[in-house]
Amino acid sequence: MSTWRISDILYPVLFGIGVLILWEAVVRGFGVPAVLLPAPSAIWAKFITSLPILWIDFWQTVVRAVIPGWIIGSAAGFLVALLCDRIPFLKRGLLPLGNLVAALPIVGVAPILVMWFGFDWPSKAAMVVVMTFFPMLINAVAGLQASGHLERDLMRSYGASWWRTLVKLRLPAAMPFIFNALKINSTLAMIGAIVAEFFGTPIVGMGFRISTEVGRLGLDMVWAGIAVAAITGSAFYGLLVFLERRVTFWHPSYRQ
Amino acid sequence: MSAAPAIAAKPVDREKGNAFPVTVVCLCILLAWYIAAIPMNWVIAGPKIEAAGGGLANVLAFSWNEARPVIPAPHQIARELWKSIFTVAPWMPKSLIYHGWVTLSSTLLGFVLGSLLGIALAIAIVHSKFLSKSLMPWIIASQTIPILAIAPMVIVVLGSVGFTGLVPKSLISMYLCFFPVTIGMVKGLTSPEAMQLDLMRTYHASTSQVLWKLRFPASVPFLFASLKVAVAIALTGAIVGELPTGAIAGIGARLLQGSYYGQTVQIWAALFMGSFLAAALVWLVGVLERVTLKRMGVRP
Repeated sequence: MSTWRISDILYPVLFGIGVLILWEAVVRGFGVPAVLLPAPSAIWAKFITSLPILWIDFWQTVVRAVIPGWIIGSAAGFLVALLCDRIPFLKRGLLPLGNLVAALPIVGVAPILVMWFGFDWPSKAAMVVVMTFFPMLINAVAGLQASGHLERDLMRSYGASWWRTLVKLRLPAAMPFIFNALKINSTLAMIGAIVAEFFGTPIVGMGFRISTEVGRLGLDMVWAGIAVAAITGSAFYGLLVFLERRVTFWHPSYRQ
Repeated sequence: MSAAPAIAAKPVDREKGNAFPVTVVCLCILLAWYIAAIPMNWVIAGPKIEAAGGGLANVLAFSWNEARPVIPAPHQIARELWKSIFTVAPWMPKSLIYHGWVTLSSTLLGFVLGSLLGIALAIAIVHSKFLSKSLMPWIIASQTIPILAIAPMVIVVLGSVGFTGLVPKSLISMYLCFFPVTIGMVKGLTSPEAMQLDLMRTYHASTSQVLWKLRFPASVPFLFASLKVAVAIALTGAIVGELPTGAIAGIGARLLQGSYYGQTVQIWAALFMGSFLAAALVWLVGVLERVTLKRMGVRP
């Protein structure tokens, strides 16, 4: 495991505080109207006073749409990757398509999904599933090919079955790729759920809050919503990085 | 940092022709689509089918030709695409070429700006320990803010300051673009081995010489891998950036209009147009990659 040094945390924190101070100073110094850019202090005040609303939005968007969608989409992508691994024909047919689809502007299907699954959270979860499926498929397929020939030959010489080889060698070797996809998916999931809310939603949700408050020019509330999204996204990402270090501690990129 | 080698996985190797399997999978998808259209459109088509007396011919005729279906059949989308690309003059607001061009122009501007910013940041990060420690976590954190989600706010705020049209949309593309380029370029610029760096030192090479003669050439494959990701998300950014502009022009506006008026076929056609654009852009970057690597003497 890599050891944490104080500077690893101190520098980014100092940098962040510096940006916040600069922001506050610019807003106050130049008298930027709150309609354009509220000061961090004003956003903080709004954040504290509207915690209940933000919590309801968080629950609607993150707990109901992002997390289930992320799990289902990633799991489905992984299972199809396993299937591709067993059936080479499917891999050769599906993977080029998957690569293509991963490059497409998938957020565009949001209006269609809202039409199909209704205004409430199922359409947002479906959006997240669609967005997270392909990155996981591509990365998992690449990851399953990541183990070296020598190691695979060794497994064969042990007389290991496909399953044993998978569990003991190929899945661990695929883990960096899988975590890569999980991390990409964590941000995609947030984006998918929030963008889907622009196309129709009940009167809760982070995307709904952001778009209505923009319309009312309540920019401090918008920024409070953004802060929630950023904190959630960073925590999500940070958790995955932590897990990744635990699971793929053997990988060269963590060697000192 | 992430342990995996690149933002996106390597493209599939083209050793054997994938044309046949891809065609089979595509045909399966088409078939599944046509079959799924029958139950999905039943809500709308069902009563008409019964009124017409039922029968397979009626089922097929009605479920696959609704004006506002739940899911349009592929040939309806193809017809709409044909109609809005080839039968309308390209500068008319009814033409998808017009909307595609609006989106494409802001995509390209954002892509160029974002890539330049990404490369500049990567060069700064590689050369400064302080920056790599302080900036890198924030660059990663910047992407956990769902910028696509706050795109409307950026557009509205910039619009109220007087920036309208191309620039705000490009800024969103740029914000999305720079991240994969920075990450990929930091990896690429640090990819030369210690031996090679030592050799440069024995030559008494200056920092800029190391950068231009060793680091930069070594990073080109990483750069192109990142650019492919970047151009694709730049397009996504531009499309989402068009959503709040009051649905005037662009693929995103077309999507929004379609969803307001329940014009499903129009939504799907716009979606396909966006997909064609994305595929074309990624393909173009790929061509550029092959040409560049060939001229640099990299064997495929």
